[in-house]
Amino acid sequence: MSVDFAMQRLGIESYVTDDHDLIRSADRVIFPGVGEAGTTMKYLKNHKLDQLIRDLRQPVLGICLGLQLMCSHSEEGDTECLGIFGEKVKKFIPWKDHNTNFKVPHMGWNNISGLQDGIFSRDLENQFVYFVHSFYAATGEHTVAACDYLVPFSAALRKENFYATQFHPEKSGRVGAQILKNFIEL
Amino acid sequence: MLAKRIIPCLDIRDGKTVKGIKFVDIREVGDPVELGAAYALQGADELVFLDITASHEGRKTFVQLVKRIALHLNIPFTVGGGISEPGDIEALLSAGADKVSINSAAIGNPELIDRMAMNFGSQFVVVAIDALEENGKWTAYINGGRIPTDKELFTWAKEAENRGAGEILFTSMNHDGTKNGFACSAIAKLSDMLSIPVIASGGAGTMEHFKDVFTTGKADAGLAASIFHYNEISIPQLKAYLHAEGISVRI
Repeated sequence: MSVDFAMQRLGIESYVTDDHDLIRSADRVIFPGVGEAGTTMKYLKNHKLDQLIRDLRQPVLGICLGLQLMCSHSEEGDTECLGIFGEKVKKFIPWKDHNTNFKVPHMGWNNISGLQDGIFSRDLENQFVYFVHSFYAATGEHTVAACDYLVPFSAALRKENFYATQFHPEKSGRVGAQILKNFIEL
Repeated sequence: MLAKRIIPCLDIRDGKTVKGIKFVDIREVGDPVELGAAYALQGADELVFLDITASHEGRKTFVQLVKRIALHLNIPFTVGGGISEPGDIEALLSAGADKVSINSAAIGNPELIDRMAMNFGSQFVVVAIDALEENGKWTAYINGGRIPTDKELFTWAKEAENRGAGEILFTSMNHDGTKNGFACSAIAKLSDMLSIPVIASGGAGTMEHFKDVFTTGKADAGLAASIFHYNEISIPQLKAYLHAEGISVRI
């Protein structure tokens, strides 16, 4: 819903759908997600969307749970995921000392760094974006933006035509709008 | 580094903002969508829209409004006020609200928190608590702070967390409207004992108050209404000050 609104703000025609033909023929595919990894993977498999997503050749953008499901495995429900990225998804363990209480979920605005080309432009280095998540993809060979909360983790991943952000570009103000625009203009 | 959040709160009645809000460059002062967009541009990290409409027709208006807000706003927002039915919650979330806050309804029926967390996920559930301190004891109140309950602030907040709340929005009735600063010691105690974020509300009057609530108060977010609406403190000015004081904010 929110992603659909964000596309409207950019003047882009978009559809929320699970229709295979519509997805295959789209110029761009966005794979957002809110929910639990196991349940959502089951849904994808039941609707034969798992193989469909892996086979897409146009630019694809996973968001939040979308990113996690594009990884190889998630600790959430011990779920085998799509395996587009080799990275693994782990759970944040809350931690506190006298000064700091690292709460879970990681909720709010945090800065992203080590940005690589693609959906990121150089002026976005160290800018703040909006996160809400309890699981994270470890940093790995496909990491194209990093963030630090409890541990360094992948704020964004990329492999060939597959892009994914752990944060919510549709809720990340001007910076997020720029990232979505960059994705549309790839 | 995770930033401390600054959250303006807007009261809505029949689809319009209630207070005479002093803002320049706004065509219709009463339009929550335009005001929200103006706050987003100024650097607000999140917004809260509180529906103070009583009537059933007004509720429908509010859902329509939430749709318009979601379409135009590119930062997260929470909606609250008089929400008691799971149907209301579903309508607001599918209209595009990022979070729904419940207060009296959660006290009257704590299982509502479990049900919301189960159906939608904890990140959508904000439990708002209005509490008054008397003789060293914090009591939660309902119906806009009019009726005391048998719930004690800290035990109730912990229960809400255990039931699946994703955030606690705590308003100190002793501090609300005074502009003498936040209830920092109670907020720090809440923040220490919970592993979910705490939004502090009530008492903001100066920029120092925000510094205090983020340092000694250990709050994750600070909420205020009138000081922003009347432009007594502007958000860019507040964030520049907090940044200079060494507090992580999104600039």
